[in-house]
Amino acid sequence: MLVGEVKSIKELYGLDLIAPGHRACAGCGALVAVRQILMASKKPLIVVNATSCLEVTSTPYPQTMWKVPWVHLLFENAATAASGIEAALKALSRKYGRQEHYIIAFGGDGGTFDIGIQALSGALERGHRFLYVCYDNEAYMNTGIQRSGATPLGAATTTSPVGSKIVGKVQNKKDLLEIVAAHRIPYAATASPSHWKDLTNKVRKAQSYDGPSFIHVIAPCNRGWYFDPSYTIKVARLAVETRYWPLYEVENGRYRITHSVPSPKPLEEFLKVQRRLSHMLLPENAEVLERLKAYVDERWERLQKLSACFT
Amino acid sequence: MVKVETAILPGGVVSRPGSTTDYKTGTWRVKKPTVDLNKCTGCLICWIYCPEPAILKRHDGKIEFNYDYCKGCGICAEECPPKAISMVEE
Ligand SMILES: Cc1ncc(C[n+]2csc(CCOP(=O)(O)OP(=O)(O)O)c2C)c(N)n1
Ligand code: SF4
Ligand code: SF4
Ligand code: SF4
Ligand SMILES: [Mg+2]
Repeated sequence: MLVGEVKSIKELYGLDLIAPGHRACAGCGALVAVRQILMASKKPLIVVNATSCLEVTSTPYPQTMWKVPWVHLLFENAATAASGIEAALKALSRKYGRQEHYIIAFGGDGGTFDIGIQALSGALERGHRFLYVCYDNEAYMNTGIQRSGATPLGAATTTSPVGSKIVGKVQNKKDLLEIVAAHRIPYAATASPSHWKDLTNKVRKAQSYDGPSFIHVIAPCNRGWYFDPSYTIKVARLAVETRYWPLYEVENGRYRITHSVPSPKPLEEFLKVQRRLSHMLLPENAEVLERLKAYVDERWERLQKLSACFT
Repeated sequence: MVKVETAILPGGVVSRPGSTTDYKTGTWRVKKPTVDLNKCTGCLICWIYCPEPAILKRHDGKIEFNYDYCKGCGICAEECPPKAISMVEE
């Protein structure tokens, strides 16, 4: 079931809910993703924002880019604040008649994978009707590129440098969507701003459910990934085309790969355009590269098997 | 001169939606996108990928830039299918 499917770019024109003049770096992938998500969202909309690049660059106090009600709380409690807003709207509805609002909470990967995961889990378990979006730039960017639970194996950050002891981050990326899906919420999906139609339709689908939903969107960051700002969408697309970032959804427990990648590009093509990862192509780091490839392959294979179960 | 509202309301309330337009991020730009309207098909791919947004649709369906806010990232030039956009030195 898909209510109000987005079929062309033209029907999104004029639906922007953010203003320019925000202070995100030129070419910020997070802002492209957030723009697309807001354009697709049902209205009236209330946005909750965890402390992050998005919060800091969107609202240089007393200015704000948001054209919808927006609330910033702490780094760790976007999901809690969203729960409270939803509960308050329910109480108001009982008193004064139906208050129809949609709520989207945005958190970075640090704010979602790490510090906010407890608040998120609680909100999903309680079943509040809201969409949580984790925009993932794979590190704590706003404070200067520290590694997070979302940073991939081998990536250089300021707290996981490439040196004689370690070659970037030692651990694999946490599989957050699987943790979220384990709450058995109605809808959870990955997305990429390069695939705008897939992303905007996932927003519409998520908001059609009377319960919690979750979207995990890749947000290439030229400052922390070290690539030319003009490559933001190209990098996001390479992530999908190399199977590094599988586009899939878990709808009422049913897995579906929403964008099949029958002949993937070599993972090296995604790695070589970013200085945080390009050292993995050096012969001395072959072992780390093999480990990352194995992680990507195993994940894809697992998703394919799960999708096959439900077709 | 950049006009910046300084009044601070109780509770940290931000009273003006979309007020970042007070600040012209176009001054950050090093290279500037220009469009060849003979090549532009009006597909709006550039627009959907602009992070600001700093691209507008003209009456004829083709596009123009809002140089007050365009930061010159070059995504639009990279993504335009017919390569109608080029980045030129300011
Ligand atoms: C409790 C707490 N600890 C630390 C900080 C400092 N801090 C602000 S933003 C941020 C990084 C956010 O990382 P992420 O959630 O990945 O968002 P990004 O900036 O990468 O978009 C940190 C550590 C804080 N605001 N609150
Ligand atoms: S550091 Fe990265 S995520 Fe943060 S505003 Fe700049 S490009 Fe965007
Ligand atoms: S992407 Fe290129 S062809 Fe399409 S609207 Fe923009 S400038 Fe025109
Ligand atoms: S250069 Fe970047 S900011 Fe300027 S119009 Fe193109 S995509 Fe938008
Ligand atoms: Mg981050």
